[in-house]
This record gives sequence, C-alpha cells and structure tokens, in this order.
Amino acid sequence: MRFIEEYRNGDLIGRLAETIRKTAAGNYDFMEVCGGHTAAIRRFGLTSILPPGINLISGPGCPVCVTSIDFIDRLVAYSRLHDTVIATFGDLLRVPGSQSSLESERSAGADIRIVFSGFEALRMAESEPLKTVIFPGIGFETTAPGTAVVIKQAAAMRLKNFLVLSAHKVMPPAMEVVAGDGANIDGFICPGHVASVTGSDPYRFLPEKYKIGCVVSGFEPLDLLQSVLMLVNQKNCRKPLVEIQYSRAVTPEGNTKAQRLLCEVFESCNATWRGFGTIPGSGLKIRDLFASFDAEAVIPLDLKSPAENISCICGEILRGIKKPCDCMLFRNACTPDNPVGACMVSSEGSCNTFFRFS
Amino acid sequence: MCLSIPARIVKIDGTTADVSVGGALFKAGLQLLDDVKEGDYVLLHAGFAIQKVSEKDAQETLDILNELCNDSGRA
Amino acid sequence: MNKVITLNHGSGGRQSHDLIGGLFAGRFGMDKPLTDSAVLPGEGYILAFTTDSYVVEPLFFPGGNIGKLAVCGTVNDLAVSGAVPLYISAAFIMEEGFGFQELELIVDTMADEAKRAGVRIVTGDTKVVGRGKCDRLFITTSGTGSLKSSFAHLSSAVRVRSGDDVIVSGPLGNHAIAVLGARNNLGFSSPVESDCACLNHMIKDVLDSGADVHFMRDLTRGGLASVLHELWVMTGYCMVIQEKSVPVDEPVRGLCEVLGFDPLYLANEGKIVLIADENDSPKIIDILQSHLSGKNASVIGKITGKKTGGIIIETSGGGRRMLDLPSGIQLPRIC
Repeated sequence: MRFIEEYRNGDLIGRLAETIRKTAAGNYDFMEVCGGHTAAIRRFGLTSILPPGINLISGPGCPVCVTSIDFIDRLVAYSRLHDTVIATFGDLLRVPGSQSSLESERSAGADIRIVFSGFEALRMAESEPLKTVIFPGIGFETTAPGTAVVIKQAAAMRLKNFLVLSAHKVMPPAMEVVAGDGANIDGFICPGHVASVTGSDPYRFLPEKYKIGCVVSGFEPLDLLQSVLMLVNQKNCRKPLVEIQYSRAVTPEGNTKAQRLLCEVFESCNATWRGFGTIPGSGLKIRDLFASFDAEAVIPLDLKSPAENISCICGEILRGIKKPCDCMLFRNACTPDNPVGACMVSSEGSCNTFFRFS
Repeated sequence: MCLSIPARIVKIDGTTADVSVGGALFKAGLQLLDDVKEGDYVLLHAGFAIQKVSEKDAQETLDILNELCNDSGRA
Repeated sequence: MNKVITLNHGSGGRQSHDLIGGLFAGRFGMDKPLTDSAVLPGEGYILAFTTDSYVVEPLFFPGGNIGKLAVCGTVNDLAVSGAVPLYISAAFIMEEGFGFQELELIVDTMADEAKRAGVRIVTGDTKVVGRGKCDRLFITTSGTGSLKSSFAHLSSAVRVRSGDDVIVSGPLGNHAIAVLGARNNLGFSSPVESDCACLNHMIKDVLDSGADVHFMRDLTRGGLASVLHELWVMTGYCMVIQEKSVPVDEPVRGLCEVLGFDPLYLANEGKIVLIADENDSPKIIDILQSHLSGKNASVIGKITGKKTGGIIIETSGGGRRMLDLPSGIQLPRIC
C-alpha cells in the first residue's frame, strides 16, 4: 500500500534508531498528544528500539479519553428517549459515564448504531423520518470539518430529525496548559492529521512563548523516529522550533477550505476535558445559525454535573507529572473492564496500556 | 487521534469519490478539497478526504531518511 | 446495574473466556483444559465430540452461508483434535416467515459440504419460533469422530516445547472482513471472500505424514491472538511471532488500516495454527500448500522458554510489542 509500506522499511528503521542513539546525549522527555501516535508507538514497538534516555509521554491527545463524563451522560439520556437513534463512531461505545455507557444502554434495548462517517448518520435520518437521529461529534480539527459538511447538508436537505451533539475540541489550548504547567517537556510530537487540516502555524506559540520545540509527525515508524531525531537535535542545539516532518500531508497554512467550513458551522467555546477540567477556548460549539441541528439546543437536558472521582489523578498523568502506578485507584477500583478515569478508558490510554503490558 | 490513511482516488462522482486502500474500496466526501482528480492520493478520515498527499514531498522524506541513515551520527 | 449478557460475551475475547470458564465449565464439571473437541476415552476407543452454534448475520456472505459454516466449523473442531470426523447432527431454530428458498439453499450447501468432507449428517431437530424471536435462523451442529491414541495429545498441548515452530495455514481475517462487508453498514466494498472450508483432508495428510505436530487449533472468533493466548495460559510457554511472516491479504490489510482493526484478532473459518517440531516444518508447509485451503501456509514464529515474557510480536525494524487477549469485539474507530 503506497505511502504506508515505504515508511515501514525494517532496514531503514534499524539504521535510523542507530542514528538517534548516536545523536542523543542524556535524557529527553518528549510528549505526544495524539491517540494515533500513542497507538503507532505501541504497535511498532518503538520504545523497544529507542535508546533508554528517550522517554515518550502520552499527553491529552485521545478525544475519546478526554470526552467528559457529562457528554456520555447526555448521550445515555438521549438514547433512552423514544424513537431516538444514537449513530456513533465505534470509539465512544465503551466510554463510561457516571452510571452507564452506550454499550450498556444498547444491551438494555437502546437503538445505538455504529457508523464510520457522519454521512451514514445523515442517511439514517433521511430514510427513517419518524426517528430522531443524534450524531455525537467527537474528534479534533481532523474530524470537525466533516461534521460541518454533514450539518450543512442536513440544512440543505431541510431535515427535521437530525441532530449533532458536539464534543469537538481543538488541540493548542490543551497543549498550552501542559506547556505552562511546570512539567519538564523537552519537545512535543505534534498531531500530523490534525495539522494536515490546521497547518503547523497554530503550534508556533510553543517555541515562541514557552521555548518548547515541536515537530509535526506522520504515523508510520520512520515518521515517528525521524521526528524524535529532529526533536533531539532541537534540544541539543537549544533551538526550539516548529518543524514539519510529515511534509507529504502538512503545510504551515493547512487545508484552508476545511478551516473555512469549520468556522462557518462552529465557533470557539470552553470545553471540559476529562481529567483536566475546563479549558477556555478549547471546544467547538455549533453556531446559532445551525441551532436546529444542535442537540443541546433542541433537546436541553437538566443533568447534574457529575463529579470526577477525587482520587483520580488522570490530569497529572496526562500532563506527564505522574505515572499510572502513582494512582491509588490503579488496578483496584480502576481497571480496563471498569475504567474510572480518562487514562484507563481507551485502550491507548497510559493506564490501560500499563495495566495490560506491565 | 485521527486514524487517517492514504487512499487512491479511483472514481469521482460529483462530490463523492471511490477511493482504494489495498484493493478495498471506500466512499470519501470531497467537500473539503479542491482540484482532486482520479489517481491522486488523499488522506481518508471518517468518510472524508481531508488533505492531498504530495508524492513529491513523500519522495523527499524518503530521500532525507536514506541520507540520514548513511550519514553516521550527524543529522 | 444488574449484570447482563453483552455482545462482548460472544466475541471470543476475554469476556467469552471468563463466561465459559467461570460459569458453564465450572457448573458442568467439565475437564480442563477446554479444547475444541472433548476427547473421551472408552473401552478400546477414543471418541471426539464437539458442538457449536451458528448465529451469523447476514446469513449469506461472499464465500458461503450459515449452513457452510455449520458443517465446516464442526468438522474442523473434530479434525484439529486429530479425529476423523464421522457423524454430524444439525438442529435448526427458524423464525416464522423465513423463506423456504433460502432454507433450501442453506440445506443444499450443508449437504454438499458434508459430502466433500466425507461426513454424514445423521440426526437433527427443527423448531419454529414466532416472528422476531430469533434472528431468522440459528443452527447448532454437533459432531463426533474417532481418535487414534497417537493423536490424543494434539488438543491439550502437553508436547509443546521450546524451539517448536508456530505455523498458520494461510491469510488471516478473510471471514471477518467478508461478513462485515456483507452487512454493508460501514460504507466499504472489497473483493474479500470468507475462507470457510472443511480442513479435515488437509489435516489428515499432515498427520499421516508422520510429522511431529504438538498442538493444533482452528482459528475462529477472537482470531490467532485468542488461540496463542490460550496456548500460553495452558502451557506457560512464551512465544515470539514475526509480524512480517503472518500472511494477510492486501485488501484485508487495507481495511484493517482504515478501520483500526488488528488482523491477529479477526475471525477465520478455514484456518488452523499448528505447533510442530521445527525440523518437520518444511514438510508440513509443503503438505499444507498442496491444498487449496493451505495455499499461503507459513512459519510465523517460535515457542521460546517459560519465562521469556508472554507473547511477543516482533515488528519490522526489530521493534517488539506484547500481544494481549482482546476484550470484546473490535470496533471500527476514527481515532
């Protein structure tokens, strides 16, 4: 498969790892903020080939993990309404809310269907006019423009039974929280697919304001290793920059058409990140012009704000300040089958991975 | 986040394309891109083509990688 | 919340294992380890006996239908235990309104497969339930066969040892992808067909050659990962698998990349894994490859020692990761 297999060349991987070994001097803490990167690092066993001084920390990059408990509770409540379909990406099915999950509700009879694209949810609404179809909008700037297109199409079709509950988020404010927080990060591996839409420019504040360098990375093993090497060099030369490793898909300005569509339908808002609390300006809310497709506006719910477990230290783990074994809930109340916090929820979360492989 | 895979555009029909990944065919919305044609490679994510893949830059990356690995230690 | 059965309990992953081992096997007093067929010694004979239920949706998919699965699945469960499959029973639960034409097609397929495998369907049962009480058609087949004592070790893995080769009989994941594609709700199409097939003739040729096979299992739901994990739990032996050697057809690979699946966990219906003395691997591969169902048979790894760290996947470039037992059904993801 083109543009995939060339970047998995075993021989080149070995030699690049050797180059990193020769270039690195001392310890380096690099944070990646993308569930896709976390998954790739584990899938290709990259920690086993990097020299021991290079520590890859998993930050708040998995939109599933950081989806707030409140959002799941809302979806659970919607799923219990008559003639309502929740058409969701598979990622959300097992995320626990304060009492239940979409998977549990489905076992109890709720109409919850998995889709691969918002278009499928739209088609359901069109072919089942007596049902209300609710599409949870999760994901970062990679996914939000697609949701924007789907909402505009719903408007053009004058659908009366299609709604989106937006939990879309944007990365830079969360990275600013981590950067400003005192954790010793030597560099960020920036999300390559988010940046294919936003461009690399939004990350310039990291070296300019916080003197932390970043490299926008692809997802194949050679991409990630090359990005690590670039960050090692930035630190060695004390020259924090924004660099693009994933040049075959990322430019400084990004996909401006997708950005325009996103801005047409969404506006910035505050958002709750599970384990982090509220981060100002980090969410995307559907504009008033499209309010008739905003589930929150059309079906308001009066839900009690669920409290996060006070013993849960996911926020500190996601910032790179603590480790899973520092948490008193880890392996006791909090396990992959019964996750409490964000880091255990997704199979790529730090605590989940640590539990299964240590 | 963001599982997204380079896929080849096999056929365009208005704002939708059939794209291929290893012979498996998917539908991709083209609303987020301009100027795509059959034979182009795009990033497929959640049913949309979100960006074009540049063959020129792809090859450049591989060339740099080969150079890096031959150039012992210096990058 | 009250505990309920979920789809994950049927996935072949951890929840399935816990349910079977914790509830059924325990209450029924079944001997451990639980194997594909029960091996039942009697006076001067050993009987192999197995049962399976088939609830696939849709009933018809590229490469087969529920009837083909029902015969091949039970024949294969007997064959991988080293038994010669002899007799099958077939019980049908049909939903009111189910089409006669479809039923005939399914029954004809079963008759054809049984003939091909050299087994006889000798008894059965039918029930009809009201509309909406079952998913159109459920089939349960049980099977029995005769087992030579020289093959009785194949299910229990007692002869597995360090240095043995791990062999798979062909590309993984085709059945899972064919069925997923036939459901037509994830917006993809592919040329992939189910690998559903009776493997008893192929297996007999391997065993009759005198090759030193230490363990065999067919790969169904839960995929290769599930079987390797079971083997590790049964024997304590760790293993290293070379990812590059694991055969996966290109469209299956492409689909896995796009949907976020791992082919090691995908269901198969015409594949086996064998653990064998490494000196006999070339002979075994030759025999497997001489059959249509074993076309891309490959050695994919080795059994290592008992304390070398579980099941390790070696990726290209030398990176290593550990394989764990899947939890529940794999879900398509976007991140």
